[in-house]
Amino acid sequence: MSKPVVATTSLAGCFGCHMSLLDIDERILDLIELVEFNKSPIDDIKVFTKQCDIGLIEGGCCNSENVEVLRAFRKQCKILVSLGECAIMGGLPALRNGIPIKECIDEAYLNGPTVSENTEKILPNDDELPMLLDKVYPCHEVVKIDYYLPGCPPRADLIWNALIALVTGDEMELPYEVVKFD
Amino acid sequence: MRNTVQKIVQKAGNDRGRLMDILLEIQAELGYVSGEVTDQLAEELGISRVDVEQTLSFYHFFRQEPRGEYTVYLNNSLVANMMGRVEVAAAFEKEAGCKFGSVTEDGRIGLFETADIGMNDQEPAALINGKVFTNLTPLVVRELVSGMRNGKKVEDMIRNYGDGKNGSDLVRAMVHNNIKQKGSVLFSAYSPGEGLTKALQMSPEKVISEVKDSYLRGRGGAGFPTGLKWEFCRRANKEVSYVFCNADEGEPGTFKERVLLTEYPHLIFEGMAISGYAIGAKHGVLYLRNEYDYLKAYLESVLEEMHEKKLLGDRILDTEEFGFDIRIQMGAGAYVCGEESALLESSEGKRGEPRNRPPFPVEKGYMDHPTIINNAETLCNVVKILKNGSEWYTMLGSQESAGTKLISVSGDCKYPGVYEVEWGIRVKDILDLAGASNIQAVQVGGPSAECIGPADFNRTISFEDLPTGGSFIIIGNKRDLIGDVVTNFLDFFIEESCGSCTVCRTMPTILKNKIAKILTGHGVQQDLEDLQDWGSKMKMANRCGLGQTAANPVLSTLKNFREKYEGLIRKDVDFDSGFDLASAVVDSCEHVGRTPNL
Ligand SMILES: Cc1cc2nc3c(=O)[nH]c(=O)nc-3n(C[C@H](O)[C@H](O)[C@H](O)COP(=O)(O)O)c2cc1C
Ligand code: SF4
Ligand code: SF4
Repeated sequence: MSKPVVATTSLAGCFGCHMSLLDIDERILDLIELVEFNKSPIDDIKVFTKQCDIGLIEGGCCNSENVEVLRAFRKQCKILVSLGECAIMGGLPALRNGIPIKECIDEAYLNGPTVSENTEKILPNDDELPMLLDKVYPCHEVVKIDYYLPGCPPRADLIWNALIALVTGDEMELPYEVVKFD
Repeated sequence: MRNTVQKIVQKAGNDRGRLMDILLEIQAELGYVSGEVTDQLAEELGISRVDVEQTLSFYHFFRQEPRGEYTVYLNNSLVANMMGRVEVAAAFEKEAGCKFGSVTEDGRIGLFETADIGMNDQEPAALINGKVFTNLTPLVVRELVSGMRNGKKVEDMIRNYGDGKNGSDLVRAMVHNNIKQKGSVLFSAYSPGEGLTKALQMSPEKVISEVKDSYLRGRGGAGFPTGLKWEFCRRANKEVSYVFCNADEGEPGTFKERVLLTEYPHLIFEGMAISGYAIGAKHGVLYLRNEYDYLKAYLESVLEEMHEKKLLGDRILDTEEFGFDIRIQMGAGAYVCGEESALLESSEGKRGEPRNRPPFPVEKGYMDHPTIINNAETLCNVVKILKNGSEWYTMLGSQESAGTKLISVSGDCKYPGVYEVEWGIRVKDILDLAGASNIQAVQVGGPSAECIGPADFNRTISFEDLPTGGSFIIIGNKRDLIGDVVTNFLDFFIEESCGSCTVCRTMPTILKNKIAKILTGHGVQQDLEDLQDWGSKMKMANRCGLGQTAANPVLSTLKNFREKYEGLIRKDVDFDSGFDLASAVVDSCEHVGRTPNL
């Protein structure tokens, strides 16, 4: 039997969730015995090369590219998992929700205390750039998400237990320590 | 300015517990409470700036910036909408030349919205500088705004006074009582002192047992046995204890306290004195919602009169042993302050945040002293029970609900107003009395209680069947039950949550977004299940009754009007996020000057 295929991506996230995945330490060796990685920053495969079984999504959607990637993941993966606070709720980037996007852009490119060079008052508008969304959306408000792993980031053990459960089909281990947050 | 503030603080005895009164008075003098004044207050009261700010920013009617020489607060309740608020609001904006939530450039007129102001029987209504204007129309609005432009006094803009005491010198309000049916307990013959005289002939314990024998239960919504509450408080047996009368009347659709306060204030105050005698308290506080500020001067004159007649004061009815006085504590606009422990916090000058219980107020209430809090209607009943005896009282009403109840009827009917009915009356009979036909639903007990359809109109208003604090909103066939009613109620809870509990703070918004998704044609079966599942968590996840019931508009319509939801959802797919990339990027693309390439 071929190994289950896993893909991962970071949308509007800080890569902390991916770091937490790496935090499974030496178990990563067990993991690559168990699963095969496809599109993911972990193996640096940039485009999907086949249908996948599990997609792990870090971060929510703050721009059109995030939406495109997320939709591609939904198409390519049987199971999608929102990994961490940003994917589940929007997280820190969603602090801009509630502030009109125009104000956010002006703050970033014109008025912010660290803006000094933009004397011509240029707002980035090249067609190559992703378009900013009116607010930051959690993943499930864009596509169907099957599972959620909470935490900022979710603990390595939680990610590990979830992957093992998904791969083996056994019930997931959820000891108190991996889901308590304070 | 510094002197004004100083004087006001001194008048309040430099007491931080009186911060509500201090802020209200400063506002009356200076229009709003500036940052500078906030600093000075902190200094004079010996507290930190945030201590002042947290109270100042909590209440709807406190202002940290100017809100116009004339400040209009237009009611945005469901029934106001039904009666034409949208047109009235548009007329205000057009005539004044500014949007709601802002002040005209010349600083003259400020337009703001506010939750139910207790005028559901005469909507659309607004408060302008504290005065009530009812039955507004676009034409009337034009006159009002022109009056404001010409610097007319607000009291001179009131053309006709309402009936009864509404027309008296100290009230002069255009409010109508709309007493539509009198019953044998509350709206019946009364001369002040009757109940108190009887009470003082008994021992306090006997008064309590008389009230217990009457099976009187609280009229504020929760229905706690009144005699039992008093007994608990008396048992606490402390030197100092307090009686609070809850006249916050914030539940959308209730306005019966407005009528009691206008026509039967003696009855309320006498009820407070009797309860004071029963529990051994010497001080009473009437917590009056800010929306009823127009009654304050009048109520104070009633207190004075009662002092003169020795119904209040050091030696009530010339007895040696019993003295009792009452002060009025104004609220400043917050529904949650009707919750008894929030009411106490507010009366201590703090944010109206409900307390954790236990300890209950009967052990540790106002300033940590044992306190009973009773609804104004409850206290009125007490007087009549003492006068006529508990046996008489228990003859009235239904099996588990003794006595009568004031029902505030509003919405789609011919005769909105207050009806005194015996407990046990069928919903149908109230609808007949009110001249209502073609009815889709009735919201019994306000947004926090239940929305029922015609299949339930044979049910009875009673603690054993449909309990109610008194709100009864009739919703006609033409109304959009989900789009207008449920959404309006959710907006109310979103606005009024004190914010302490995460689930109360966020869930009503989540539910509202889901409903918006359903209304725009993106709902699926799962959404209905989520509404049910998530809504039902509110009961266990929140500290006070507000959060515990805030999902009821959704849960009760899901239960009683399921077909309306089913009719709105997509059956062809099992998932639809409702997300639309094109509309999500419009604003940003427009701002940076590019054409969306989707
Ligand atoms: C959010 C909330 C608002 C309330 N508003 C009122 C109110 O306006 N008037 C009232 O009498 N009780 C109100 N109550 C009920 C009070 O907490 C309390 O039960 C009542 O005042 C007790 O008096 P009673 O026993 O005479 O009914 C409210 C409760 C909650 C949770
Ligand atoms: S959830 Fe936390 S760790 Fe993960 S992407 Fe967001 S901020 Fe980073
Ligand atoms: S339930 Fe809501 S209103 Fe009540 S204490 Fe909690 S946050 Fe405040």
